[in-house]
Amino acid sequence: MSEAVAHHAEADRHPALAHHFEGLPEQKEAAGLGMWLFLAQEVMFFGGLFACYTIYRNLYPGAFAAGSAHLNWKLGAFNTAVLIGSSLTMAMAVHAAAVGKRRQIVAYLLMTVVLGSVFLGVKVVEYADKFHHHLVPGAHFRFEGPLARPVEIYYSLYFAMTGLHALHMVIGIPILLTLAVLAHRGHYSASYYAPVEMTGLYWHFVDIVWIFLFPLLYLIPTHAPH
Amino acid sequence: MWTGFPLFPEQASTMAGRVDALYIALVALAAFFSVLIACLVVGFAIKFRRRSPGEIGVPIHGNFTLEAVWTAVPLVIVTVVFLWSAEIFFSMARVPPQAMEIYVVGKRWMWKAQHLSGQREINELHVPVGVPVKLVLTSEDVIHSFYVPAFRIKKDAVPGRYATMWFQATKPGRYHLFCAEYCGTKHSGMIGWVEVMEPAAFQTWLTGGGTGSLAAEGQKIFQSLGCVTCHRADSQGRGPRLEGLFGRAVTLADGEEVVADADYVRESIVTPAAKVVAGYQPVMPTYQGLVSEEGLMQLIAYIQSLQEPAKGAPPAVAPREPGAAARTGARQP
Amino acid sequence: MSAAAALPEPAPPKANYLNISYGVKSWLLTTDHKRIALLYMGSITVMFALGGIFAALIRLELVTPPGDMVQAETYNKLFTLHGVIMVFFFLIPSIPATLGNFLIPLMIGARDLAFPKLNLASWYLFMAGAGFAAYSLVRGGVDTGWTFYTPYSTAFSNTHVISAAMGAFIAGFSSILTGLNFIVTIHKMRAPGLTWMRLPLFVWSHYATSIIMVLGTPVIAVTLMLVMVERGLKLGIFNPALGGDPVLFQHLFWFYSHPAVYIMILPSMGVISELVSAMARKRVFGYGIVAMSSLAIAVIGFLVWGHHMFVSGQSVYAGMVFSALSFLVAIPSAIKVFNWTATLYKGSVSYDTPTLYAIGFIGLFTIGGLTGIFLAATGLDVHVHDTYFIVAHFHYIMVGGAIMGYLGGLHFWWPKITGRLYPEAWGRVAALIVFAGFNLTFFPQFILGYMGMPRRYHAYPEEFQVLNVMSSAGASILGLGYILPFAYLGWSMRYGRAASANPWGAKGLEWQAASPPLTENFETQPVVREEAYEYAHAPQERAIV
Repeated sequence: MSEAVAHHAEADRHPALAHHFEGLPEQKEAAGLGMWLFLAQEVMFFGGLFACYTIYRNLYPGAFAAGSAHLNWKLGAFNTAVLIGSSLTMAMAVHAAAVGKRRQIVAYLLMTVVLGSVFLGVKVVEYADKFHHHLVPGAHFRFEGPLARPVEIYYSLYFAMTGLHALHMVIGIPILLTLAVLAHRGHYSASYYAPVEMTGLYWHFVDIVWIFLFPLLYLIPTHAPH
Repeated sequence: MWTGFPLFPEQASTMAGRVDALYIALVALAAFFSVLIACLVVGFAIKFRRRSPGEIGVPIHGNFTLEAVWTAVPLVIVTVVFLWSAEIFFSMARVPPQAMEIYVVGKRWMWKAQHLSGQREINELHVPVGVPVKLVLTSEDVIHSFYVPAFRIKKDAVPGRYATMWFQATKPGRYHLFCAEYCGTKHSGMIGWVEVMEPAAFQTWLTGGGTGSLAAEGQKIFQSLGCVTCHRADSQGRGPRLEGLFGRAVTLADGEEVVADADYVRESIVTPAAKVVAGYQPVMPTYQGLVSEEGLMQLIAYIQSLQEPAKGAPPAVAPREPGAAARTGARQP
Repeated sequence: MSAAAALPEPAPPKANYLNISYGVKSWLLTTDHKRIALLYMGSITVMFALGGIFAALIRLELVTPPGDMVQAETYNKLFTLHGVIMVFFFLIPSIPATLGNFLIPLMIGARDLAFPKLNLASWYLFMAGAGFAAYSLVRGGVDTGWTFYTPYSTAFSNTHVISAAMGAFIAGFSSILTGLNFIVTIHKMRAPGLTWMRLPLFVWSHYATSIIMVLGTPVIAVTLMLVMVERGLKLGIFNPALGGDPVLFQHLFWFYSHPAVYIMILPSMGVISELVSAMARKRVFGYGIVAMSSLAIAVIGFLVWGHHMFVSGQSVYAGMVFSALSFLVAIPSAIKVFNWTATLYKGSVSYDTPTLYAIGFIGLFTIGGLTGIFLAATGLDVHVHDTYFIVAHFHYIMVGGAIMGYLGGLHFWWPKITGRLYPEAWGRVAALIVFAGFNLTFFPQFILGYMGMPRRYHAYPEEFQVLNVMSSAGASILGLGYILPFAYLGWSMRYGRAASANPWGAKGLEWQAASPPLTENFETQPVVREEAYEYAHAPQERAIV
């Protein structure tokens, strides 16, 4: 809505260059710093949950082991591989954009979407299994034995952490699809592909969070440590 | 202390004078610096007021020595204040060993106190003057805070755990007791009185009423809930012996060592599976909901009273099989 | 008076960001940082009025010892809503979202913030959060205290906790995105020649504030999320009856809420630096040290949260560590006060409304900050924790400090924002009324607190009445002092004298733009060739006398 006075002739300016930046390099640097700051606050966001996890695992080691035993570590490991794979395809998409290979950008972005969707599909299977076994915290939670209460805390953290993580993927996948559409229309080139790169940063972050979640939630040893 | 317009509560405990001394020192410090800054600011504003529209100030940019001085001096001052206050805080945290114990439960919206001798009070706390008193504090519902301004002490009563605080009253009298952590509708009604009495009068008050001692009440609960079925004095039970347990180190199933204090005993009754003693199975059911907070305190008082029967008796050990001989080298308190 | 006083009247208004386009859509869909600043200004003014009404009702109830004006439940909702609104919906956004949004691009010679659309989104997030808070209010309010302590908030309160928490949760994202925007803008969009050590101190303090906004706010977001889930699904994350730890909630809550108070005061300190410099026509004494002090406050501020929990059951040693760090965090603030004072020495001090607010700030913030020393002293804090001493302490900083800085800045930059001059006489009168009313309201509360009156009390023992009456009397004067600027600033928007580009004769790039500025701020890209506050260099424009 702002009627900016042109500081350069309109023809000189790249169509993606916003009116308040001098040039594309400045704009890209700003986008990069912005995305890193966003990821920093995401670290703090998940950090609160990791702090809760640390405290409660320390307080109730037996309950955490018991709760973790009901998770399917093989599915978790599969999902980890899938997500790491999706980070690879994402990195390939960014590279393709950097060398201006339009079809490859689309292909790799779509592969990333597929892998991300597989991950979410597995999570749906896992959540459904929890639901059937009455392991979803709340009114229908049931767990045999004296550890029921702390196990419910474990599962509260399980759902909070993996749920928040899954939400980040649910937000990321439409963004990837949008990028794929725009890439197909030729929006990105070797001289301008910042959105692909920034989304790549976001996607790698989501991957890294899962790499912490998997061992902490799925791989708690059932025998007590000495 | 001050006639007319009161600025301080009465000083009625050994800590009160110390806290007030720190307070007065800080008031003097704050007054000094506030007045200094105010005078300088107002003084400079007047002395260096603008005298013509285009006038500007003298371009003085900084002075490293001045910065160093007015950084170092406050640093020294706060260090002194920190050390002084830390000493007071540690004194507040170090409960004198022979302090008289009183159990206090906060519940919406009243304070319930139980003396070891069995006397119970609501919204009142009778204590003798000149004797250190230790309060073991918890809550039945939300967080409350036990606050006696005249003693200058306060501690949060947190549900699910015990907090301890202590004081030694120095002056007989009646002093405000307030709840100082917002707890809902009648938070400002959760108030009462601490009644400090001369020792003789306190003794009289103690013997005038109340059922059995706290420990005796605890024993009744111990029997009625069937605890004795598993916690037998002859090491044949499914649960550990409790004689001589209180205050001793305990080895848990995962190898960790804890001290059997009031928190441990409470947790063992409410969430038994949290800490299982080495060599025992996690079969104890939870008694949460079956015992009130006051009941828990009575049980703790009872367990605290359970001494080892005689010298040379085997310490409490985990029986590997029934009738196993006592192991040597088991931990002593 | 020389010939310089008889300059011609400013030229008739030309195109600027206010008149470039009209209509609701041009405002609600704007990406111009200046218009967004005004959108925020409208919103937070409404929130301030709402929070102020609750304050008035509280002080009215406290005139008499028994709880006889409203019921206990109502009173508990009054102080909760006062706190929630004032903290989350007024103080946290106030200076950054209004003055920060408006001035940072101007001060660094940029055309807008780095992410203008994100800026608009921030405002919509704020409004969405306010909407949830309003819903909670309309449905009957919330009574947990703005601190939402568990298990009361999750398992005992019968009020609309989830919607209130959701309001604060969403408003938090508004805060995060604003901070993110500022950091990137300051890093990447400074004019040629504008090095870091030439930045106005207002920008430095907003940079420090933004670090806290970005790193601290997510923690309260996730904490409130857990509270909402625990309450909704009846879980036991923080409920001891179900195995949870209520003190863990306190740690998580205060991990943000302590740095939050620095979000509230740092921008105000930045304003004061600008006011002191402009009103004394001198560079702030110890410029570099003042800039670094802002960063020091931001960093150390993250390490002191446990001083809200000395009596909560935290270990004695943790208490010691938090106490020591809390003393440390006071030092950079003290350094700033000394530097501002030294700036006035051999300055050329004018007596305008901004000066009065700045001087008031220095005095009141000094008192408020010094009483923070009382609270860092653990042995003393035990006695005054959760009493009116605390209430007095934070109101000295938040109201005597932050709000006075906001009002001073609002008056100082009013000509730039609106193109109008406000009536100076009224400005001075209001500043004095605010100062007097404020002290009468809150100084008695220090005494009340040491005497032992707990906070959040609906009814209180008789012996506390005299001080309470004094405090309530002061509150009515303070309220009048706040209504006056609302009236004459509003009046000036239509009837005030037109302002020139630099009516104060101040330094700073914002004064090189027109009053009000063009949408794109500057006709040509400014280039900076001198240090900050270089009053010796440029000729001075006619000052307001």
